[in-house]
Amino acid sequence: MLITRRADFSASHVCRLPGLSDEDNRALYGAASNPHGHGHNYVIEVTLEGEPQPETGMVFDLKRLKEVIQQEVVEPMDHRFLNREVPPFDTVVPTTENLAIEVWRRIEPCVTGPRVRLHAVRVYETEDLYVDYFGGQP
Amino acid sequence: MIRVTRRYRFSASHRLNSAGLSAEENRALYGKCNNPHGHGHDYALEVSVRGPVDRASGRVADLAALDALVREQVLEPFDHHDLNAEVPAFAERVPTTENLAVEIRARLSARWPEVFPGAGPALDGIRIQETKRNRFELHD
Repeated sequence: MLITRRADFSASHVCRLPGLSDEDNRALYGAASNPHGHGHNYVIEVTLEGEPQPETGMVFDLKRLKEVIQQEVVEPMDHRFLNREVPPFDTVVPTTENLAIEVWRRIEPCVTGPRVRLHAVRVYETEDLYVDYFGGQP
Repeated sequence: MIRVTRRYRFSASHRLNSAGLSAEENRALYGKCNNPHGHGHDYALEVSVRGPVDRASGRVADLAALDALVREQVLEPFDHHDLNAEVPAFAERVPTTENLAVEIRARLSARWPEVFPGAGPALDGIRIQETKRNRFELHD
């Protein structure tokens, strides 16, 4: 069974590579390369896979999952400039892909148990662009 | 595995009518969708692209290239058009959303190797909503 919890946060970011000129960064990332940054209302969905436990009837305590997402992702990232304030985005470009991988990296150790595993992380940058990461080689 | 999904919108009219059936049979099969004057929908199309993430750019695909491909192959020919009258694929084939999904995937697949050559991103699948209450998916 898959269970999903949704959360959201707002943050600014900029997508540019330090080794490239302004022109090359604009060609690669478009408007997202503006060095002053810009922001999004990010929405994340965290999906766990497991079987309901006979005693609780739950795959995982959703209150606990809410706390994990809050502590690992929302508190450090909400109303922050990702590139300046949230490692590893001081050195890793905060594309939606890299953000999904980072959310996985932060949440996976907190939810993995003998009967439950992290199945997927979805990050919506806008309602017209989202990334699903299922772990493993990105 | 990582997958990037982009959502697009287009509005088009169509009429569901199968040439092999009588007028009465078509009315019975397709109901309101058989109205001879046609009718329209605001379609939402999702196109999913599969990894790997490019180490340097941190991206699976060049979204500007994907947007240009979808614009050229789907949005320009379909948006604000009559699918039956103006899209050759639907001159004979009924423009159900199932057939629309097959046609869109064929159009994207045909140009894919030119736009994303070599070991670039793969087309993972498409999803179309004809209205907010239905959804049609095709996965590779």
